Formats: sequence, structure tokens, C-alpha cells
Amino acid sequence: MSEQPPTTSRRAADVAPRRSDRNPWNWLLLLPIVLPLLVPVFNRAEPALFGWPFFYWVQLAFVVVGVVTTSLVYRAHQRRKQG
Amino acid sequence: MAGINTVELAVFIAFFVVVTALGFGAARWRRAENLMHLDEWGLGGRSFGTWITWFLIGGDIYTAYTFVAVPALVFGAGAAGFFAVPYTVVVYPLIFLVVIRLWSVSHVRGFVTPADFVRSRFDSPTMALLVAITGIVATMPYIALQLVGIEAVLKTMGVTGELPIIVAFVILAVYTYSSGLRAPALIAFVKDTLIYLTIIVAVIVIPTKLGGWDVVFGAAEEKFDLAGTGGLLLPGTGQVQYATLALGSALALFLYPHSITGVLAAKGRGTLQKNMSLLPIYSLALGFIALLGFMAIAAGTEPVGGDGNTIVPALFQQMFPSWFAGVAFAAVGIGALVPAAIMSIAAANLFTRNIYKEYLKKDATPTQEAKVAKLASLVVKVGAVAAIIFIDPQFSIDLQLIGGAIILQTLPSVGIGLYTRWLHRGALVAGWTAGMLTALWTLYSVPRLGPGGVVVREHFGGSAFSLGKLGFDTTTTVYAGFLALLVNLLVTVVVTVVLRAMKVDDGVDGTAETDYTAEREDPSVRDLPDPLASAPGDGPPRG
Repeated sequence: MSEQPPTTSRRAADVAPRRSDRNPWNWLLLLPIVLPLLVPVFNRAEPALFGWPFFYWVQLAFVVVGVVTTSLVYRAHQRRKQG
Repeated sequence: MAGINTVELAVFIAFFVVVTALGFGAARWRRAENLMHLDEWGLGGRSFGTWITWFLIGGDIYTAYTFVAVPALVFGAGAAGFFAVPYTVVVYPLIFLVVIRLWSVSHVRGFVTPADFVRSRFDSPTMALLVAITGIVATMPYIALQLVGIEAVLKTMGVTGELPIIVAFVILAVYTYSSGLRAPALIAFVKDTLIYLTIIVAVIVIPTKLGGWDVVFGAAEEKFDLAGTGGLLLPGTGQVQYATLALGSALALFLYPHSITGVLAAKGRGTLQKNMSLLPIYSLALGFIALLGFMAIAAGTEPVGGDGNTIVPALFQQMFPSWFAGVAFAAVGIGALVPAAIMSIAAANLFTRNIYKEYLKKDATPTQEAKVAKLASLVVKVGAVAAIIFIDPQFSIDLQLIGGAIILQTLPSVGIGLYTRWLHRGALVAGWTAGMLTALWTLYSVPRLGPGGVVVREHFGGSAFSLGKLGFDTTTTVYAGFLALLVNLLVTVVVTVVLRAMKVDDGVDGTAETDYTAEREDPSVRDLPDPLASAPGDGPPRG
């Protein structure tokens, strides 16, 4: 905190290896981004579940989609790191 | 309201005392690192492992105001208020790959604020200043709104007047002053335990008492049909607004300085990625919290003194025995302190590093810098209390609405900047300006409509901007911040093309490509200081 962030480029290639966050599994992340934005598709009451209109329970189901996909991508990144 | 509910108040105060003790204890916690057995509690003395990060970012994002305002919105408008759920679903996959780049480059280059990054990446103190000011302006009303959350709870318990809020914030101010980021991280544990307990009980007990979920939704439908506004489903013209508000809010969330503070405090990239898959658990809770609005309709709950924000506390009071209502109120009250603490630390960092040190006193010593940061965090909190007491709270709510739209205007520099340096620093400034003006103009022109479509307020009535105002033949509405972001991006790209064609100097990149993928184990990665908590000079050696 004592100095300003250095503005001159250090030869960082010497200290950090070249890596990439690219991974085919990353495409899976699109699913939980796109699904909740398709509002006209789920803006309906039927089919209801336990008295919940579709609009409400399906969006909570999207939370589960989000958890599953991000977990899978996380695992893929970990495997890449170790392997 | 017949006076003060003593049982509720006693439980509330008891929890508050425990939390205060924790807050002060947090200062000692980091000095004696072996006190806590879980090694992630004190690893490196400075960085947080998976669970602490989860509590810290969770406490940061899902604030007391969220818990009070989202169900209040659902109570009043129905489906439109549920946008908080898709918003918090979209955000994590959206930033999954972005925050790890921010974490890496910040830990290699020693950035503590988003403005630090912009300054170095684009070699532009001007854009950095704009990012810092945007961050501070967007954060201040957010802190003030946490007080609105506490106020709603106090009001429901029958406590009126300003003194209790002042006391609560003095306590908050003193322990963040002495404990820094550790205090909110520790307190977030208590807060979330109470919140989850409250929600689980509420979701089981209240619908059962009311006769089941179909009764809850049925009562809501009946109310909206009668009122003629709102509804269990979105009106055709409100769907674009719903989607753009969810997406726009998701894009904005991790541009807020306090979210970035939470991200940078994490131990490493893996910790963050794991959190991106664990944080949605809060979204599930938020979904149930939102539905408390419908439960309040079914239960015939009336907001206290006509203040819509008291609807959830009033529902709890009606449905729960006093002692448990007290627990629930403590959850909301403490829920206000955690984000308020982190927000004030983040705003203080921005001021100290990007305004004070950059423009006011370039040769500030570390001791002076630490002093200024601590003072700034106090000033921010005093400002928030003053805003609530002396100015109509509605003003803070308006400002917060604006805050979300303006913080979004830092996306090209802070967000896109993590991937490319193609955008020209001059173009970023131009785009920011265009985006800001668009955001302010569109929000200004949104009236608030009361029952029957009567205009209640002329300006700043919401974030749904009618596209008809732009000459389109439609009644569809869109999130004003999102529209402003599009204008911003367009201007930034066009001006970049022009400046690049004119070969205007775009400065020197202070970061290297490999910085963005650096792992904790790399020699270039270092721990970041927690300016409020660390004694000057005890930071790690600088490279």
C-alpha cells in the first residue's frame, strides 16, 4: 500500500508462466446466463408445481442449473491445473 | 402500534451485543492466528479461504436492504420484483472467468481498487479518477440504504427516533476502524446463520399457517387483479425490462468497489471459482425471501405507518412468537452492518489511493495513508447516517437506483479492460461521459405511476425507461442503465477507431499478459494489504 502500482512493465514473463483460461467446458457457462433471460418462454403460470406458478419455480430451478454448470466448469479448471 | 415490544427488543439487543463483541474480537483474531484451528481462517494472515469468502461476498451482496426491499417490491408489484432471482443466477457464470483475471492481475501488481487497475492498464489517471468517483458516488447511497433496513426493523418493534440508528452505526464505525475487513467477515457468520434459520422457519411455518402455497399465490393474484397494477406474471411490455434489469444488474454487481474488495480478499483463483458455484445458494434463499411479499398479502399484513419497507418485519411480527421475531429482526439488523462495513472500507480505499494520494498528497507516507483511509471510512459512515436523518430516505433510494446505472458505466474500463487494451483511454473517458449523461437523463424522465396509472412523482420514479420516448412505436420498457451502457459502448468503440486512426498516443500498459492468469503459487503473486486493519509498514515486501 505504500507505493503506487508500478506503471512500467516489469519482465513478468520471467516470474509467471504463460497460461490460458481457455477450456471447452467454459461454454457450459452460457446456459445459466441465457436461460434466465428468455423471459417470454417462462412467463406463464402452467405447469404449476406444489401450488407455485411456473414463472416462480422454474426460476428457482435455474439457480440449480447455475450451481451445477459452474461446479462442472470449476472441476474442469482444477483438472487442467493438476494434469 | 402500542408501544415497544420488549421481548423482541431484548432478543435484538442481545444479538447486537454479541456481534459487537465479535467485531472488536476480530482485531485480536488476526494477531493470534493459531487460535482458530481451521487453517483457512488465517492463511497467510491476510487472505480468506472458500468459506470465509463465501460469507464475506454473500454478506456483501445479499444485504439487509435486499431482504427488506425485494419482498416489499414483490408485495407491491408482483412478478416484476422477482427479477432479483434471475439477476443473481446470471451474475456468477457471467463473471466466472472475469474475476479470476482481476484477482491475478491485482495480486501481481498490488492493485487494491478498480481505479488502481484502470490507471495502470490504460495509463490514464483521468479515467482512474472517474472510476474512483463513480465508485464512491454509487456506494454512498448503498450504505445509507442499509440504515433504511435497520430503521424498518426498529419501526416494527415500536422503536422510533434517530438515536438507535446512530448508536448502531457508531458501534459499526468503531469496530471497522479497529478491525478492518476481518470484522465483517466474522460477523457475516452470525448474520447468515440467523438469516438461513429465519428463512427456513418462515418458508415452512408461514405457508402452513396460511393454508398452503396455492392459497398464498391465489391471494396475491386476487389482490393484483383488484388493484389493476402488478400481477403474478409480467405484462407483455415489462418482459424486456425484466430481462435487461436482471442482466444489467448482474453486469453492475462486480463493478461495485465493495464486491471487488471481497473478491480481492480471497485466497486464490480456485477459491473464487468454487465460490461462484456456492454463492447461488444465497439466490435460492433470496427467491424464498421474495415470496414473503406474497405471504404478506395472503396474511393481510399491513405495513407499519404506510412504510412499504416494513412489510417483512410486520409479517414476522404477526406470524412468529415475539422471541423468534426478535431473532429474525436481529438477522436483518446485523445483515445491514456487514455490507455497510465492507462498503465503507471500499469507498475509503478509493478515496485514499486514487484521490488523496494521486491528487492531494503525492508523497504521502504509509502512515499518513493508513490514517486517511481510516478517517475516510468514518466520514463515509457519518455521511450515510446524516443522509438518512437529515434527508428524506427516498432520496437515498433514488440515488441507489442511479448508483446501479452509473457504476455500469465503468464496465468498458474495468471489465473489458481485463481482456483487451484495444479501447483507447480517451475513448473510455468519452464513452463514460456519454453513458453517464444517458443514464441520468433516462432515469430523470421515468415517472412513478400510482394505482390507475396516475403520475405520483414526475422524475426518478424507477428504472424502466419507455422506448416510446425515443420515437419507437412501442410501450415496451427497458432498464435505463442497460440502455446507457449500450450508448457508452457505442461511443467508446467509435472514438477508439477515430483516435487509433489519428494515431493518438494510448500510453503504456502497466500490466503484462501473464499477470492475468497468475496463480497464488507464482513468485510474482503477493498478498494485498488490508489498509484499515494493518499497522503501517507490516505489509508484505513489495516486488
